[in-house]
Amino acid sequence: MIEMKNVSKWYGKFQVLKNCTTRVDKGEVVVVCGPSGSGKSTLIKTVNALEPFQEGEITVEGISVGAPGTDLPKLRSRIGMVFQNFELFPHMKVVDNINLAQIKVLGRSKEEASAKSMSLLKRVGLDGHAQKHPGQLSGGQQQRVAIARGLAMDPIAMLFDEPTSALDPEMINEVLDVMTELAHEGMTMMVVTHEMGFASRVAHRVVFMDAGEIVEDAKKEDFFGKPRSERAQHFLSKILHH
Amino acid sequence: MFTGFDFDVIQKSLPYLWQGMQFSLGLTLLAMLGGIVIGTLLALMRLSSFKLLSYPAGAYVNLVRSIPLILVIFWFYFLIPVLIKKLTGNPYASGIGPFYSALIAFTMFEAAYYCEIIRAGIQSVPRGQVSAAYALGLTYRQATTLVILPQAFRNMIPILLTTSIILFQDTSLVYVVGLTDFMGAAGKIARRDGRLVEMYLFAALVYFIICYSGSYFVKTLQARYNVGRN
Repeated sequence: MIEMKNVSKWYGKFQVLKNCTTRVDKGEVVVVCGPSGSGKSTLIKTVNALEPFQEGEITVEGISVGAPGTDLPKLRSRIGMVFQNFELFPHMKVVDNINLAQIKVLGRSKEEASAKSMSLLKRVGLDGHAQKHPGQLSGGQQQRVAIARGLAMDPIAMLFDEPTSALDPEMINEVLDVMTELAHEGMTMMVVTHEMGFASRVAHRVVFMDAGEIVEDAKKEDFFGKPRSERAQHFLSKILHH
Repeated sequence: MFTGFDFDVIQKSLPYLWQGMQFSLGLTLLAMLGGIVIGTLLALMRLSSFKLLSYPAGAYVNLVRSIPLILVIFWFYFLIPVLIKKLTGNPYASGIGPFYSALIAFTMFEAAYYCEIIRAGIQSVPRGQVSAAYALGLTYRQATTLVILPQAFRNMIPILLTTSIILFQDTSLVYVVGLTDFMGAAGKIARRDGRLVEMYLFAALVYFIICYSGSYFVKTLQARYNVGRN
């Protein structure tokens, strides 16, 4: 469904992505991990063209992301995205956050959108908070609203960019639980995260990045069982034993 | 202490002063609205990555902000009739009158100042908000009008109002093109009746009350917004 071929990106002279090639199939959960500054977030943001890239090709269901004629708003509306800092719109109520793009992009009526939003809020356990503003919710609650906002567009895939990194420890699980449920329902997911427990339980494949390169791209069992590269071994030994 | 002063002159001239005040308030309000609309457009142009938009907007803002307001008022007053004659080719074409030329001058002058405020307001909205809006499939226009500007304006309201209070004081400059605002009305009566001290004291008091209540309103507004934030 998502295919990346030899994607490279530079900020000025500094190369942040080096010949990255990977894919996410329908119904697959791919976790992208690696040390900070390795280009994970940049990589995931190239999928919906929030970050442009200079070389290589990315296709989503056969549609080229980098091609000049591509209708980017339309492409993006089909891919849900969840950000590290939630990025709910603070001037709108929770329900309006979820309604906005349904109405403005998909052309749903207000009633239709609200019904969808309410059922999604119920699903993430927040139906009592629809009329609040994001600032009145905890980080974990805001992130669950953000997931609902992405799902409201009936996306073909969901991208998660470090969805739990900005959360207090006690709130991480409520977000991971929603994501796990989503994965079990067969949602196609690409997840940048440091949560190796989540990766080992939920992921099908793990992509390990370091210094802008995809160093390892393996089935979960292989990655956690016997990572081939020294860099991945080093990373895992640091992240798993503390 | 006030022996020899005649404060009756104020009461007798209240209707005339009120006319002047209506003019001042009207001009302030219109110039403010026009200035904010044009200022927003200028700010969006200045922030554009498209140089054909950002450079002219930047040049305009820097030019206007380097010139005294009184000169801008003169310019528009004398330039617009010349322009109209040139454009229509009719040497007898009449101008647009002092009011409209003053209104245009104030609007264009204030737009430059509002532009800088609005630009800062837009930049105060976190970059991630733009990404989130785009990620949902919103277009540039939708992201700007639905997500960015509402937040930017909320952050900017205090300073926009403060600038507008200064604009209200500046409208007293319209006397240079022969218009009579509140200050002008007070001045005329002061000279007619020889009651300069009384009238100018009164005018100062009125300006003080209006501007001080305005600032006070801004302060309470600021306090309220800070409470509701995050």
